[in-house]
Amino acid sequence: MSDITKQSLTELVENIKNKKLSSTDVTKAFIDRSEKSEELNAYITNDFTSAIDKAKKFDQKPNLDLKLPGIPMAVKDLFCTKNIKTTAGSKILNNFVPTYESTVTENIWNEGAILLGKLNCDEFAMGSSNETSFFGNVQNPIDKNLVPGGSSGGSASAVAGQLTPITIGTDTGGSIRQPASFTGIVGLKPTYGSCSRYGIVAFASSLDQAGPMAQNVKDCALLHEVISSYDPKDSTSINFKRNHFSKELTNNIKGKKIGIPKEYRVDGMPKEIEDLWQKGIQYIKDCGAETIDISLPNTSYALPTYYIVAPAEASSNLARYDGVKYGFRAKGENLIDMYEKTRSEGFGAEVQRRIMIGTYVLSSGYYDAYYLKAQKVRKLIKNDFDEAYKKVDAILTPSTPSSAFKIGEKTNDPVSMYLNDIFTVPVNLAGLPGISIPAGHDSNGYPLGLQIIGKAFDEQNILNIAYAMEEKINFKNKITDWWIK
Amino acid sequence: MSIDLKTIKHISKLARISVDEQRAEKLAGDLNSIFDFIEKLNELKTDNVEPLTSIAETTLKLRSDEVKSKNIREQIIKNSPEDNEDYFVVPKVIE
Repeated sequence: MSDITKQSLTELVENIKNKKLSSTDVTKAFIDRSEKSEELNAYITNDFTSAIDKAKKFDQKPNLDLKLPGIPMAVKDLFCTKNIKTTAGSKILNNFVPTYESTVTENIWNEGAILLGKLNCDEFAMGSSNETSFFGNVQNPIDKNLVPGGSSGGSASAVAGQLTPITIGTDTGGSIRQPASFTGIVGLKPTYGSCSRYGIVAFASSLDQAGPMAQNVKDCALLHEVISSYDPKDSTSINFKRNHFSKELTNNIKGKKIGIPKEYRVDGMPKEIEDLWQKGIQYIKDCGAETIDISLPNTSYALPTYYIVAPAEASSNLARYDGVKYGFRAKGENLIDMYEKTRSEGFGAEVQRRIMIGTYVLSSGYYDAYYLKAQKVRKLIKNDFDEAYKKVDAILTPSTPSSAFKIGEKTNDPVSMYLNDIFTVPVNLAGLPGISIPAGHDSNGYPLGLQIIGKAFDEQNILNIAYAMEEKINFKNKITDWWIK
Repeated sequence: MSIDLKTIKHISKLARISVDEQRAEKLAGDLNSIFDFIEKLNELKTDNVEPLTSIAETTLKLRSDEVKSKNIREQIIKNSPEDNEDYFVVPKVIE
């Protein structure tokens, strides 16, 4: 049964439905591999014992009409899971056990999936390398000492390393797509309002979205179909007709118009990325679609805008961590001293940095110069996309300006770390869906991704384009199991 | 522009994060390089641009004010660092 963990979600579902495999077989196989993979540090908390119990229970009375029948999966530790510790990668939540379930995970369990455990991530999802986690950095299964990307680094590492067949991450500025690209997997950031934010530890509420991460596009489409739902408990959840993404998936993209934005050809971008992009354009044409040169003139302003909007919202969202009602508390001489010490000892350096930026841009006298200015530029960035979508159905770009970098390489230079998200951030600012698919390797054999950006609520279209391209690309991830002794 | 140590101390007070001298200096350096990068926005003229305040172009829905969770006091108290019967305990605030 050693090859169980190599199977895609679609294959596992089929094998469980045909009774070729039981949920217990599958669950045990992923637990076994997860236990041998401690070196990756992908998990913060495991729930293996009850996962086996749940699998056995499922097998006694299997409901095979469900979309994820008895499928084990681990999820990013940013989703609140009832009675299971949820840390957001932070010391300040190290002892937090939610008494309620996030809507997205609830949707997953309702379709028959079984929780394996909670996956490592950058602290409060603030990071691009998983190095800001209180629980240590995560190894990229592609190569030792390589970051898996972030913030959903544990999620990406766990899918690429076959510790879980699929997972969910969250994406505020690229936190699903960038780690997917760094580890050679598929990651979808849905349209803002598509997946409920209820029960997800908040980072920047106008940007945060949950999304699926998987080995291939079809698995990604199936998981997205499960997690996307209208939820009255999230005031920005949008009620629209949702597709049966996996059933409606087609590789027929003939006649589609795909925009190629010239502003994504940034200074200093490695030739390998440019070559990959050109290959992508050729694949698009091979599929019978058309590419059109477009302009998104305000692209270079997206990152500076993001680094005002996201920290501003974060400083407000993270005000709740005061050591009173839950989480870590430091001893203080009085109430204020307790607050200040709790937050100083409980938050890591990057989170403190962002709270400080956010507090500053929202402080008296600076609001107009920074926050209001950023909201106006955000409007210009959204207008760019609106204008482009009058001419094209979707947009193709590289996912990241480089392949995965070494652990420690960028930790001392916050701005160079932030530049990683240059191609993903505009999508969050405009609230659009974007998918990263593995599309090739660099000279080191590290994976490189291409991003397809869609119109709002047009996930089906970008999934179809990704599906058609995936077939042409025929990507093989180079996983050597180096961490398994 | 330049963010000095005095400003760092002021922001850290507002943010309720205690910062010692060494951290304050490191933060000043980091924030200055981040704000140098952010200043790029000043190249753009935005006088006549409407700010984008919400990406979901819908007005917030109203709902009736009903209690949906009942008898959850114990659950709420459960995660507190320090409690006493039905109360959260904080350091003494009245002398």
